[in-house]
Amino acid sequence: MTAGAAIRWGLRRDLALAMRSRAEIAIVLVFFLLVTSLFPLGLDPDPALLAKIAPGIAWVAALLASLLGLPRLFAADHADGSLEQLALAAAPLPALVTGKVLAHWVATSLPLILLAPLAGIQFGLEPRLIGILIATLLLGTPVLAWLGAIGAALTLGARGGAALLALLVLPLAVPVLVFGAGAVESTRAGLGAQAHLSLLGAGAILSTVFGPFVTALAVRISFE
Amino acid sequence: MAASGFFRYSSPASFYPLAGRLVPVFGWIAAILTVAGLYIGFVVAPTDFQQGESYRIIFMHVPAAWMAMFVYLVIAGWSAASLVWNTRLSAMMAQALVPTGAMFAFVSLWSGAFWGRPTWGTYWVWDARLTSTLILLFLYLGLMALRSAIEDQRRADRACAVLALVGSVNVPIIYFSVQWWNTLHQGASVSLTAAPKMAETMLAGMLVMSLAAWAYTIAVALHRVRSIILEREAHARWTQELVR
Repeated sequence: MTAGAAIRWGLRRDLALAMRSRAEIAIVLVFFLLVTSLFPLGLDPDPALLAKIAPGIAWVAALLASLLGLPRLFAADHADGSLEQLALAAAPLPALVTGKVLAHWVATSLPLILLAPLAGIQFGLEPRLIGILIATLLLGTPVLAWLGAIGAALTLGARGGAALLALLVLPLAVPVLVFGAGAVESTRAGLGAQAHLSLLGAGAILSTVFGPFVTALAVRISFE
Repeated sequence: MAASGFFRYSSPASFYPLAGRLVPVFGWIAAILTVAGLYIGFVVAPTDFQQGESYRIIFMHVPAAWMAMFVYLVIAGWSAASLVWNTRLSAMMAQALVPTGAMFAFVSLWSGAFWGRPTWGTYWVWDARLTSTLILLFLYLGLMALRSAIEDQRRADRACAVLALVGSVNVPIIYFSVQWWNTLHQGASVSLTAAPKMAETMLAGMLVMSLAAWAYTIAVALHRVRSIILEREAHARWTQELVR
């Protein structure tokens, strides 16, 4: 099986699995909106304040929501043994893993990006800033998906579960948060977001190039 | 394969006695340098005309901050070695260094807070260097948590090695991203390319303390690696003869 076919196979399989448990995807989306809705309640419903903190909150909520779906990525396949079969298969494991991560991104991050304008409107963000926010999410969530995939593969079979995964992944995701929320802020300040978006794009490319191999290595380690 | 030269010591059994001989050497170097550095720092060095006496915390703070970053690099180096050559001892060295690195990150944050209070008027600011050191501390804690969460030692070795390498790629990115985000911390007072902007005795005290921190790290890591070797090689005949 070629790498391309392996990617397509992994993508199709995991998307089919995701479509059969749509409730789990919906929970991630509800979680995202719930977290963003908690901030005005905890802070102050002042529109000026909300518009100022909106990009940061949207990004923090996206980070937390992306953690929620991560155990789905490998844990079930690990438990029923199919992950081991994938690791033994003739198809290259990095390609299979790429298909899985791509499916994970389509199932959890893409709906979240589509939902982000709603959160933006809730916080009174200007339309052009909402556009920038969506652009940063589009470029930044692939990085989060790969960091999360590495973390999820490393913690397979480890005690500690979701909290451990959060401790491993969140510190590494700091640059994505800084550049993602910073892009919106610097557009608002009239400085333009090109530098931030370029860096996010660079991160997306780097993580997509190296992520498959590191994740495949981490998956193999879990079978030692 | 004939074990010769430097690689002879990549076997835990031959490294254990070597480490045992090196621990007191580096321990004494650390003790002597600490006494000398603190003497220079607290007695010889002049009072800063702006910051008064409170600046003297740099004799702890700067070496700790340097070591916190440097130890992570060393861990990444040992991790790479353990993945490439599949040597047990490299992974054990990486494991032995993690608590020391975390300790230095914590000390640099703690001492920085007590320096910041009289100088900046606040214990904590969301400044670039403070924040990136805090994140570095989280990376260390993550390494320790992952290690303790995996039962099988060899698996834990390799998983932690991957995590340390991913982290080491990310550390400079985190550093620069946070720098861009916000900075209040003064620029570095010491650099290799420019003349230091401080009195010579102050610089001397800081450098002596840094060397002390190096020696301390080596001594503690070697001591810890000896315990790790004993723990992991408990089944081997040479450890049983040693303990008996």
